[in-house]
Amino acid sequence: MNKEEDIIIAINDVEKSFNGISVLNGITINIHKGENVAILGRSGSGKSVLIKIIAGLLLPDKGSVHVLGMEVNTLNARELQQLRLKIGFSFQSSALYDSMTVKENLQFPLIRNKRHLTGKEVNEAINNVLESIGLLDTLHKMPAELSGGQRKRIGIARTLILNPEIMLYDEPTSGLDPITCVEINHLIKHVQEQYNTTSIIITHDLTCAKTTADNIAIIADGKFVSQGKFNEVFHTADKRVKGFYDYNFITMK
Amino acid sequence: MEKKKEVYGSVPSQKKHRISNKITNFFISIYGIFQFIKRFFKEAWRPPYEVSEIIKQCYNVGYRSLALISLTGFIIGIVFTKQSRPSLASFGATSWLPSLIGIAVIRALAPLITALIAAGKIGSNIGAELGSMKVTEQIDAMEVSATNPFKFLAVSRILATTLMLPLLSFYTAFIAMIGSFFNVHANESTSFTAFFKDAFIQISFLDLNASIIKALVFGFTIGVTGCYKGFNATKGTEGVGRAANEAVVVSMFLVFIEEMLIVQVVNYLRGM
Repeated sequence: MNKEEDIIIAINDVEKSFNGISVLNGITINIHKGENVAILGRSGSGKSVLIKIIAGLLLPDKGSVHVLGMEVNTLNARELQQLRLKIGFSFQSSALYDSMTVKENLQFPLIRNKRHLTGKEVNEAINNVLESIGLLDTLHKMPAELSGGQRKRIGIARTLILNPEIMLYDEPTSGLDPITCVEINHLIKHVQEQYNTTSIIITHDLTCAKTTADNIAIIADGKFVSQGKFNEVFHTADKRVKGFYDYNFITMK
Repeated sequence: MEKKKEVYGSVPSQKKHRISNKITNFFISIYGIFQFIKRFFKEAWRPPYEVSEIIKQCYNVGYRSLALISLTGFIIGIVFTKQSRPSLASFGATSWLPSLIGIAVIRALAPLITALIAAGKIGSNIGAELGSMKVTEQIDAMEVSATNPFKFLAVSRILATTLMLPLLSFYTAFIAMIGSFFNVHANESTSFTAFFKDAFIQISFLDLNASIIKALVFGFTIGVTGCYKGFNATKGTEGVGRAANEAVVVSMFLVFIEEMLIVQVVNYLRGM
């Protein structure tokens, strides 16, 4: 049973709209320490907007978001920066810096946020994180030379290098072949176990959700329409939830 | 509390509201640019300083523009001298050519031509690079990794263009004078020393200062415009192209307006 004090992320009645179009309409969820939660939903359902609000990249119109006990939308720039050191954000597009090598990409957050580290310690940290994701041989490659799966993994490695307490994955398996998807799913589980992180995984891939998440939340029409374990969430009469399940698993007749 | 600026799409585009919407968007842009400049002055003095990035950008802005600026400056020197000679010759005043070229180049041509080249080459480069980083979420990635993207990307580039434009402007002036000297020497057999003595005799301290101030203002304008357009790029690759294009067009437009205003002020100070 999860305790109240174990809550790492508390989202309460969050609303967000763009140009008068409502995207999130009363989102409420609590995420506990060490838990992996997958948020499932169709494209444009506001999944990515939600994790950008958690990371402080967007402000909610209404409601509150508490991360590690701090209310994100009331923090000043310095406090937000300190909070972000504890949050890793893996972008859908990987968002690697095109003009830098893999090593420089990994070095970038480290040398700016841990200025006391020596050059040797920085190199060690880079080698360790690359080794843990199995991509040590890409050290001097440019992002353009990497495959889609490698880019995703380097993107995750760049966030892991600061030892975050929370990981936010935005569509970690989108655009990848099934074998690479399995590798990424294993990596997400590996990160949870090795780094003891609490994670939110935004996806519309049920295999990814089933493999990586302890709990699932399904978002439709700006609200969570079903929450719980994978085997529980689809036992509902809600057509939006059932339809989502059917599209993923019954694609061929 | 520092509120984040969110970029929204254009206001509803019904036909009857189109003109008023454009006016509203124009004033929103003006407000956005002033906020951008205000943030630059706030962030530029605050540590940590991105020294290595500033040096890298100075290299990109300065050294990498030398070839184009050398060619343009040299040709302008020759062409301006050739075009001025017949008019002066009709008064028997070809000996005034070095002074004329000196005044024209130092006072007006060097800063203006350098700024226009920089707006085209550097402004578009900054707009496209930052625009591309914006639409591929690289700027967001910097922000969530607890690095200030404004300081790292915008402040370093604006400082680089502001510092490098005066140097490039003097370099353009020097190369243009060399080009002019070749033409004058070929036609009037004027020596190098005599040419430069005549060229500089009419240049006052105010002219030099005005030239430096112009170049500083133009450099700042090009840097701010390129960064602002890049940071506010939206709508994928189309938005990147638009950011690069608008960075050039707006920079050039502002450079001409600033040129006109500075000339008015300098002429007032000169008592003309």
